Amino acid sequence: MTQAATPSSADLDALRLEVAGLVVEALNLDTAPESIPADDSLFGEGLGLDSIDILEVALVVSKRYGFQLRADNEDNVKIFRSLRSLTEYVAANRTK
Amino acid sequence: MTHPGPATLPLPAHATPDGVVAWRHDGPVTVERFLGDVWHLASGLPGGEHVLNVCADRYRFTVGLAASLVCGKISLLPSTHTPETVRQLLAFAPDAFCLTDSPACDIDLPQHHFFESAVAAPSPEGCAVPMIDVDQIVAYVFTSGSTGTPMPHPKTWGPLVRNIAAEADRLGLVGKPFTLIGTVPPQHMYGFESTVLLALLSGGAIWSGRPFYPADIAGALDAVPRPRVLVSTPFHLRTLLAADATVPPADLVVSATAPLSGNLAVAVESQLQCPLIEIYGCTETGQTATRRTAETAEWQLMRGLRLSVEDGKVWALGGHVETPTVLSDIIEPTSGDCFLLHGRSADLVNIAGKRSSLGYLNHQLNAIPGVVDGSFFMPDDEQSDGVTRLTAVVVAPDLDRATLLQALRERIDPLFLPRPLIFADALPRNATGKLPRAALEELRRTLGSGE
Repeated sequence: MTQAATPSSADLDALRLEVAGLVVEALNLDTAPESIPADDSLFGEGLGLDSIDILEVALVVSKRYGFQLRADNEDNVKIFRSLRSLTEYVAANRTK
Repeated sequence: MTHPGPATLPLPAHATPDGVVAWRHDGPVTVERFLGDVWHLASGLPGGEHVLNVCADRYRFTVGLAASLVCGKISLLPSTHTPETVRQLLAFAPDAFCLTDSPACDIDLPQHHFFESAVAAPSPEGCAVPMIDVDQIVAYVFTSGSTGTPMPHPKTWGPLVRNIAAEADRLGLVGKPFTLIGTVPPQHMYGFESTVLLALLSGGAIWSGRPFYPADIAGALDAVPRPRVLVSTPFHLRTLLAADATVPPADLVVSATAPLSGNLAVAVESQLQCPLIEIYGCTETGQTATRRTAETAEWQLMRGLRLSVEDGKVWALGGHVETPTVLSDIIEPTSGDCFLLHGRSADLVNIAGKRSSLGYLNHQLNAIPGVVDGSFFMPDDEQSDGVTRLTAVVVAPDLDRATLLQALRERIDPLFLPRPLIFADALPRNATGKLPRAALEELRRTLGSGE
């Protein structure tokens, strides 16, 4: 799979659905991937994820897209704020 | 029970002022610098006698702990920091204040912020090693009582020191300048003992960070000299190995909070090129036993402890266990000082190292206005080394899912939030009002999917 330098919004939409699918599968959520709103919080009142979930999601994301997340050089809260922010982070850092 | 020995014991126990107490991103912290930071913080702490120390940086937490001890203040170690828990803490200790290193701390207690001076102020006490009375209460560790009120367990200095000495001995760390890298928070009893006290009382050093992702753990291992010890949990170890990241070798891995499988233990030992020792303990007795999980399923009691079986119950006594204490888990003494652990007691819940009880969680669920009836349970398909979430069945005709979850989030740690949360018209209670597990499982199968 090759990656465009600047993904189009259609590409991002497709990637977002793919990332949502990974999240749902990794966490065994009772939610359809397409029903996760792009801008809702993944924590708290949104999807209600916690730090254990974040580690699970980070694991599948790193395997699927070929990069490792770091807590000390990136703003984790920002990355995991919403499905959209996570997707944008994946698009910017993926190696596969 | 009294023990022979000195009436006071030093903090820290390092032999010289230039010994290393911690490693931070900018290098080592010596005993001298640490004591400067401790006396500096101690001189400015508020008057309250109870401290909720939520500092995220492990070095700052440690300075906060030592400064509290010097001032005779007691650290509060609740299992979670939800608004409901903080309210309960305040009811228990109305003078409690919160020591924090986060500008955005939202804990509803008077806050004292941890500011670091660029250079520790030299003071007459600068190099004085505090001597702590063996009877001084260091901390209250809270377990979730079944009535909804957390139960405080006082931890005194003498028994804690004895416990940690036994741990250092068992882990083979005595007389070595080791550094501890913890993936567990220092506010958790395991992290408190095995990432903070173990270093302070055995001449070792603390890695100040709390690595989270696999790449962070690898980075932290790289940042400190050997011998280095990774203090972690089955969950973190499983994700570390699954990440296919390059992990630098360690000299020892310690695991606790949940049983580790033999297979994962073997894989960890192979990847990190060192032994893995698992610790079994509980809030009431502290650390109770250890095992080299890759080699044996049998647990060996900590030095000085023994088991006694009476009326079908297993008691732990001796060593750092001041009062004989019933172990609530299912234990089979084997030979000498060894035993097999066959499971946790049914009411206890342990998710990724956070402990609660079904009784406590059910109390909190049923205390929410609008909940007619409700019950948590642990599904049957518990995974080894993974994290299994609780299921809850609730009767609440006038509440929607989001409202109910938000109300629960106010009361219980997010790890215990039910997944799935099943709404039902009634709970399958039997004639005596009890909820048979089979009926709950059946309900989960029929109502729990397709939401």
